[in-house]
Amino acid sequence: MTALAALIRRDIRIALRVGGGALIGVLFFLTVVVLMPFAVGPDLAQLARLGPSILWLGALLASLLTLDRLFMADHEDGSLDLITMSRTPLELACASKALAHWLAAGLPLIVATPVLGLLLNLDMVSTGAVALTLLAGTPALTFTGMIGAALAVTLHRGGLLMAVLVLPLSIPVLIFGVAASQAAITGPLSFGAPFSILCALSLVSLVIGPFAAAASLKHGLD
Amino acid sequence: MQLSGRGVTCVRGGREVFTGLDFEAISGEAMAVVGRNGSGKTSLLRLIAGLLIPAGGTIALGGGDTELTLPEQCHYLGHRDALKPALSVAENLAFWADFLGGERFDAAESLAAVGLDYTTDLPAAFLSAGQRRRLSLARLLTVRRPVWLLDEPTTALDVAGQDMFGGLMRDHLASGGLIVAATHAPLGIEARELRIGGMA
Repeated sequence: MTALAALIRRDIRIALRVGGGALIGVLFFLTVVVLMPFAVGPDLAQLARLGPSILWLGALLASLLTLDRLFMADHEDGSLDLITMSRTPLELACASKALAHWLAAGLPLIVATPVLGLLLNLDMVSTGAVALTLLAGTPALTFTGMIGAALAVTLHRGGLLMAVLVLPLSIPVLIFGVAASQAAITGPLSFGAPFSILCALSLVSLVIGPFAAAASLKHGLD
Repeated sequence: MQLSGRGVTCVRGGREVFTGLDFEAISGEAMAVVGRNGSGKTSLLRLIAGLLIPAGGTIALGGGDTELTLPEQCHYLGHRDALKPALSVAENLAFWADFLGGERFDAAESLAAVGLDYTTDLPAAFLSAGQRRRLSLARLLTVRRPVWLLDEPTTALDVAGQDMFGGLMRDHLASGGLIVAATHAPLGIEARELRIGGMA
């Protein structure tokens, strides 16, 4: 446990220091959401209708943006070799890294959502619904994205490959995330069904992600 | 404790690097792996560390901790130093000590032993190549592992640093440790030579 706590602490600390990835995601999220009203036009009702989708899309792209570095930095400086050799199972180390990434880069997106909701003419209830669905859905994005990040290290290709690999896995999360927020805001569908599926997607990826990423890293030993 | 390899074969990128390599090292002894560039010195160390999978043959550690695998009892000091530029010297060392676990020694004493105690709070980004190497050596001292796998360990070390490192290796061997080092330069201690890949 000391080992995993140390890994989480280190990754969060690096992400929060100058040049770390934590702020980049939030800034990108902010940019996407701030630009969107200018692209959509001054129709406030339409903006409110599109709001949840815009927030979800922004959060998804922002979390993909920073994910490709998840293993790459450790691979480049040799840390990954030592992590692979250590007494900590690689699956748990992967899960810890993903958790640290979510805490440092995913959670700030959710915190920023209420502020950005104002820019999209969303009321309190709608913003709350989007923030809640993001809270339930972003772990799925991180933990499935981790598989792509591990493959990117193994295959010696950069972020572009990762985006292509992860995109199909993140589509269900996006669909059910937006569906749940829309259901909470306008109805007529119930909020419970899509939200439960969203939670299920997160739980499944929490289990599968670390194993798939560790398998990919072990297979790619080189 | 003895580290032995039988008929070890290494294939990289479809090319056979070495085949049927036999070697043996016993505790208290250093083995210097020598050979020309590309003869597979680093590959051999990575095979022992479990970072490459041998195409044939076996590598085993006899008389070690039976609960642990061979890589878990090894320190690997490679070309890349596993340091994070954003973290300070002390934070880098403390992380590896916490993460690697097992028997530990005082981190501050290790830093003093490698001559880095004056830079404890400096971010690793500002270290010179020699200082980075010294910080990597401090990791070997802080966490106890019986087998040291060293890849060109004296690179970037100044003369005083090489003397210091020679002393550290002698202490490690005296305490029953085992060293396998890939090197071109003289290691600075008595070492049995393992030549791979034919004559240079």
